[in-house]
Amino acid sequence: MGNLLEVNNLSISFTQYVEGLNRHDLKVISDLTLDVNEAEIVAILGSSGSGKSLLAHSILGILPYNSHVTGEIKYKGNLLTQDPLMKVSEQAIGECKDEKEHDARKIKQREIFARYGLDESVDDLYPFELSGGMARKVLLSTALINDPDLLIADEPTPGLDSQSVKETIEDIKNLKEQGKGILLITHEIDVALKTADRIAIFYSGYVIEINTVENFRNKQNLLHPYTKVLIDALPRNGFNYAEGVQPLEVVSGCPYYENCPVRLDKCENEKPELINHNGIMIRCFNFEEGNDGS
Amino acid sequence: MDLKAENISFSYNKKRQILKDVSLSLNGNKIIGLIGDSGSGKSTLCKILSGYITNYSGEVTLDGNKIPDKNFHPVQLIFQHPEKTMNPKWKMEKVLKESWQPPQELKDTFGLKENWLTRWPNELSGGELQRFSILRSLNPKTKFIIADEISTMLDALTQVQIWEALISHAKANSIGILAVSHDEELLEVICDDILHFNEINGV
Repeated sequence: MGNLLEVNNLSISFTQYVEGLNRHDLKVISDLTLDVNEAEIVAILGSSGSGKSLLAHSILGILPYNSHVTGEIKYKGNLLTQDPLMKVSEQAIGECKDEKEHDARKIKQREIFARYGLDESVDDLYPFELSGGMARKVLLSTALINDPDLLIADEPTPGLDSQSVKETIEDIKNLKEQGKGILLITHEIDVALKTADRIAIFYSGYVIEINTVENFRNKQNLLHPYTKVLIDALPRNGFNYAEGVQPLEVVSGCPYYENCPVRLDKCENEKPELINHNGIMIRCFNFEEGNDGS
Repeated sequence: MDLKAENISFSYNKKRQILKDVSLSLNGNKIIGLIGDSGSGKSTLCKILSGYITNYSGEVTLDGNKIPDKNFHPVQLIFQHPEKTMNPKWKMEKVLKESWQPPQELKDTFGLKENWLTRWPNELSGGELQRFSILRSLNPKTKFIIADEISTMLDALTQVQIWEALISHAKANSIGILAVSHDEELLEVICDDILHFNEINGV
């Protein structure tokens, strides 16, 4: 299996002007390393507003002008947007050189729409006339018409009822069956657990752990203390309370230092790297060689 | 206190009726959950209960009395997206003060950090803003909270933190809560009782 997408040490920051001409650099993603293979779903799990979507924007090359990016992204991608003033079928077909290409793509568009249960009456609707679930299927079809290898799904489920969430999960899994690689950006653990092969936990701009979905079913196999707290907070796992919010300011040490139950002295001022611990990627000094991780 | 909605009907246009003969009753000592499909009219009902929509038919009463449309509204609505409910040109301190000045103890319960107060709304995350938005709604004159998907956009830990804080304050001050969500597992944990929207809506 080949790496479809490879992100190495990606950092994104924004330059802002505050109160006149005072420049201020706001770091939103720090040292992010991640890969997606063919026929694999990788989920990035993090709270809203934590900067996950900016990863997608940088992969697709649509970050705003005041952003500053370092690191490396190797990819093949496809962009998802909806134009409110075009009929949905024309949006799916996209721009064509001539009539002939348009006709060919029209056939393909109908085929893909049909696969997702969108009948011919849908072709002539405008986006505002679609329900949330239909709009999602149109977006998915639009993405598939060019037969991409990699799809980025940014929060595809919030606000949908449980039936529509189920359908979305099935749609995403289907794409994986067809050999596509999928980067799923979400804050809903359930969606990640039901679809992904691997889950990356995003905390305060850092990926702190990348673990397999099997290990997420058994808390003992999770490594980072924040990951454990997050899983315990699910309503079905007891709705357990834990202190702490993600730091707003840039910290010199581990971003979880303030709330960590297993912190070491050096965690306050030294930043742990993302390291490979028996195949699991973890950013914590407790798992460096010489430490047993308990 | 009791908040009662009786035979509420409403439609945005002639084509489709959203609510028909919806009745429900909330009590100041209870947390009631409301679950239903997207687009079925739950948020519309929330806006009617909290006085944002007034051209409905039926009646909303607080202990048997109509709610006056002047002064502070005793039924406060908290939205899913806090960033859409705040003036982007106000710093957080002013956003909060628009309603009241909560005691330090309550700010601590909600995990509000002192240095957040001097920030603009766009410098905080959704979870941080939602803490402000909830705290803002807890003015002492508030008798009921309508929580419309307030933790849908938050991670699981932040979700626990804000619900624990909200529920402990509500219990101590006899504030009733209507919790609207798609997440049945969440409602089962936090609510005394759960209503299914399609069973109370006659559309």
